[in-house]
Parts: sequence; structure tokens; C-alpha cells
Amino acid sequence: MEQSIEAKRNNVGLKLKEFDIEGYTSSVRRRDKIFEIVGLLSTFLVLLFLFAISVDLLIDGWSRIKDPNFYKSYPSRFPEEAGFLSSWVGTIYVMAGAIFWAVVLGIPAGIYLEEYGGKGKIARIIEANISNLAAVPSIVYGLLALGVFVYRFKFGESVLTAGLTLGLLMLPVVVVATRESIRRIPRSIREAAYALGATRWETLLHHILPYSLGGIFTGLIIAASRAIGETAPLITIGALTFIAFLPPAPWEDFFGMLMSPFTVIPIQMYNWVSRPQEAFHTNAAAAGFILLVIALLMNSVAFYLRFKVRRKYQW
Amino acid sequence: MVNPTKMLEERKAGQSTGTANLKIEVKNFNFYYGSYHALKEINFPIYEKRVTAIIGPSGCGKTTLLRAFNRMHDLYAGARYEGEIVIHPDGANLVDRKTDPLKVRMRIGMVFQKPNPFPKSVYENVAYGLRIRGVKNKKMLDEAVEGALKGAALWEEIKDRLDANAYSLSGGQQQRLCIARAIAVEPEVLLFDEPTSALDPISTAKIEDLIVELKQRVTIVIVTHNMQQAARISDYTAFMYLGELVEFGPTEKIFTKPEKKLTEDYITGRFG
Repeated sequence: MEQSIEAKRNNVGLKLKEFDIEGYTSSVRRRDKIFEIVGLLSTFLVLLFLFAISVDLLIDGWSRIKDPNFYKSYPSRFPEEAGFLSSWVGTIYVMAGAIFWAVVLGIPAGIYLEEYGGKGKIARIIEANISNLAAVPSIVYGLLALGVFVYRFKFGESVLTAGLTLGLLMLPVVVVATRESIRRIPRSIREAAYALGATRWETLLHHILPYSLGGIFTGLIIAASRAIGETAPLITIGALTFIAFLPPAPWEDFFGMLMSPFTVIPIQMYNWVSRPQEAFHTNAAAAGFILLVIALLMNSVAFYLRFKVRRKYQW
Repeated sequence: MVNPTKMLEERKAGQSTGTANLKIEVKNFNFYYGSYHALKEINFPIYEKRVTAIIGPSGCGKTTLLRAFNRMHDLYAGARYEGEIVIHPDGANLVDRKTDPLKVRMRIGMVFQKPNPFPKSVYENVAYGLRIRGVKNKKMLDEAVEGALKGAALWEEIKDRLDANAYSLSGGQQQRLCIARAIAVEPEVLLFDEPTSALDPISTAKIEDLIVELKQRVTIVIVTHNMQQAARISDYTAFMYLGELVEFGPTEKIFTKPEKKLTEDYITGRFG
């Protein structure tokens, strides 16, 4: 018996010696290298697209981007006089509303589902459906908003309706991001708080929320970056394409601001692009570049917040 | 094979003096996870200002039992207690449905297996228990934090780093910080769930010394995987096997003259 084990060992040793280590390693190394190159190429391609679009917009729109009047004037029949004042102001109002609704509805919903809601079958169905909502085409949200906010609640074609619509659009991403970042907090941290006699509310307020804020903000800003470029749902609810006044300032007439008609940058761009005159296309490119810059800025805020919170709360 | 008498030679427990008063009585206690009967008819006493060790092989239910004392199971669905865990002097049943787990946790502190400080400053970690009890006075908080850190033998090492993040401390320091956090609110009973299993031998020795020190002030129940540790620091030992309490008695007796064969086999290392 002993001998046969010995014999087997020798056998294995023999096989190992025959095994072509040199050839094997060089072939797997080659496969490794090929994948590395493919990965690098696709990364470059993605970056190239983004870079090409930005540069193209910058070059096309440069004559308007550098013109201060472009930011200070209303749209006009004459491309050289037309500005996008009403649309960038509109974008700010609408996005403020959208972020407000996404925060007020999305974060508590995420907290409830993760911390208070059951873990049963119904909870799983709700979870799956919320994730599915993120995949609903934005124009469907527009139809919903037209039926509910514009006609049923009579909010009209207003900043309020637009904020609610984009807020709804952002909701699923915010809910999922909230849940995910809460889930990432180790169970041991919660148990530590409970063991000291903290209530569920105290544990949530003192620990879970602060530690997960980075992830929640990231989700919020990513959702906002998507919403800021949305055109379809806002056209559906009846955003104007030509508007030569601003909503009243919120500190003067808050309700009037909410009920005011509006337009946003992507709609203004769409309007300009559909004109035959070449000069309007320049305006569209300029507005597009500014939109890109805003979205990029929002993403860097998300990046910064995540970095800061990660550094503060690490385990 | 291990010689249990040898284990007792390293004893740090320092013989406790005076009569031991009953602090907690576990009476006909059963525990269920859903339909799984995890703890069966447990009966044993826990004495005031003594260290009681719960030992037994993995999966025997020692941690489950420990977590019943401060109602940690209430955090998860499907847990059910039956029977009584009576705390003296008031005679309240800790596992009664009508007993608010919050009140239980206000009286009974816990230190966990892995150090779990909050990702906040050292000071905030220790002060947290007092803050949620409504203490706002800065001077009171400062004194309590200093007292607790001294009590956990950590003050000298980190008195200049109270604002540092708790996660910048070493593993052993973090665990002592968790002990400081637990004793800052002056609990009547302190539960330790294998507090040294994630630590190196030097940190382990420090924590063991600390536990022996702490029993002057507080009743201690410790779950440990390590029989030598139980022999070193406990006054009483409970041996559990497959969800049942096999034997309970003074540590010397359990380690030298156990009544049950099973206890002897486990302690001498025949299984486990």
C-alpha cells in the first residue's frame, strides 16, 4: 500500500516534469496581454466620443459661448440677438424642484423600505418594481404628468409640474441608491448602537444616515444629471419653446414662480436646431456645451462628496 | 489531551471574596429561531460582581444565549423567547414580551466579537451612550469619558487623541474603546461575546486583565471559545452542548471535578 502511494507520487512528478511550463505560461501571458489591449482600446474609444462631442460643441458654439449677451438675452428671431436667458433660468428652477421632490420622497422611501419595511415577498415585489421604474421611458412619465398634474390637479404647464415630473423620473434611482448605501453599513455598527440603548430612530439619525449620506448624494446627483438633459417629458406637459420673460423671483412671489410657464436648455436647443438658419445651430451648440459643463460640474460635486464622506467614515 | 489543572494555574481571577448575590436567574429558558429550537430548558444563576463564562463547541448556542440577555434577537424577525431570565433586585423578566428591550439594554451593556466602534472620534464613541440618555452637560460628559477610558485601561494611551477617528486605533485599542463605551453608562451587567477572538495575544491579555478588574464594579457574562481563557478569568463556568446547558458550577470545580462525562471530555480536549 505504502509503496503504491510512493509510486503514484513518482508518477505525478513525472507528469509535472513533462508538462511544458515555458509554453503554458507564455500562452496565458499572451491571452492576458490581448485582453489588456482590448480593454484599453474600448476605454479610449469611450473617452474619445465624449471628448469629440465636447470639442465639437465648443468649436461650433464658440462665437456665442464667449458673448456675454448670449446669457443675458431672451430668444429672438435674429440668431445673433437670441440668447438663452429664459431657458437656463428655467433649468435652474425646474431642477431645484426636481431635486426637492426626489429628496423629499425618495430618501424617506428608501429608508423605509430598507429599515422599517418587511423582508417578505411583498417587499421583494416592491423592490423589483422600483428598480423597473428606472427603466420606464421618460416620455411615459411625461404622459403621466400631463394626465395627473396638468389636467387632474390643474397645475398647468408650469415650473411646478415640470419639477414634479422630473422629480418622479429621478425617484427610482434615488430610492435604489439610498437603499444600497444603507445596506452597505455593517450590521455590527447598528448592533453597537442598539446595544447601548439607542432606539431605531436614534440609530438611523445618528449613525445610518450620516454614514450613508455619501452614497445617497451620489445617487441623487447622478439622477439629476440625467434629468437635466430630459426633453421628452417636458414637451409632453407643454413646455414653451419661445418665452421672453422670466418666472417671478421665488423670494418675491413663490407661488407665482411655481405656476409660471417655463422652458429649459434642451428644449431651447431642440428649437434652435430645427431652424433652417445656420446661425441658430451655432446657438444650439453653445447652449449644448453649457449644458454639458453643468452636468460635468454636478458629477464632480458627487465625486467630491463621495470622497469626503468616505474619508470621514471609513471602516 | 490537555491537563485542566494546568489551565487553572494561570488563573488571574483572584479569588472573589464575600458572599455572591444572585444577579440574574435563567429559569426554564427556551429560544426559537422560527421553528428551530435553538436553546432548550436552560437553568442557571449569574452572580453579582462575578465573571461567568459560557463555554462549548461552535454552534452550541452560547452566543444565542448571551444575546438573549440584552434582547439583541428582537432586531431580527423570527426570534421567540420562552421561560424567564429574571434580573435582581427588582425581579423583572428580561425576556417578557411586555418588557421594553430598550430598558433592558439601558441596564445591560455588550461588547462584541469584532471591535465595532462608530466611525467617529474616540470621544464621541464613549460619550454616545450618555448622549442618548440625555446628558448634555459638557463637564459631565468630559468626566464620564475620562472615567470610562481609565476604566478600560486606555486613557494613558490615547488621552491626547480624543478627537482622532476610532478606526485609527489598533484592533486591541478599538476593543478596549468598545469596553469604555459600554461601561461609560455604568450598566449593571456587561456581556462579552468572544471579545478577544479577533485579537493578538498581547491585546488578549490586556482585555483579560481588564475583565478581572471590571468585576469589582459590574457583573460579567463572557462567551468564549477558548477554555484556557475561561479558566483564567471566570469565577463560574457554564458548559453548553447542542443548545442545552450540560453543567454549571464554580470554575475550579468544572475544570477539576466535573460531574458529567461530556464536560470532562470537552475540557480535556477529546472533542470540540
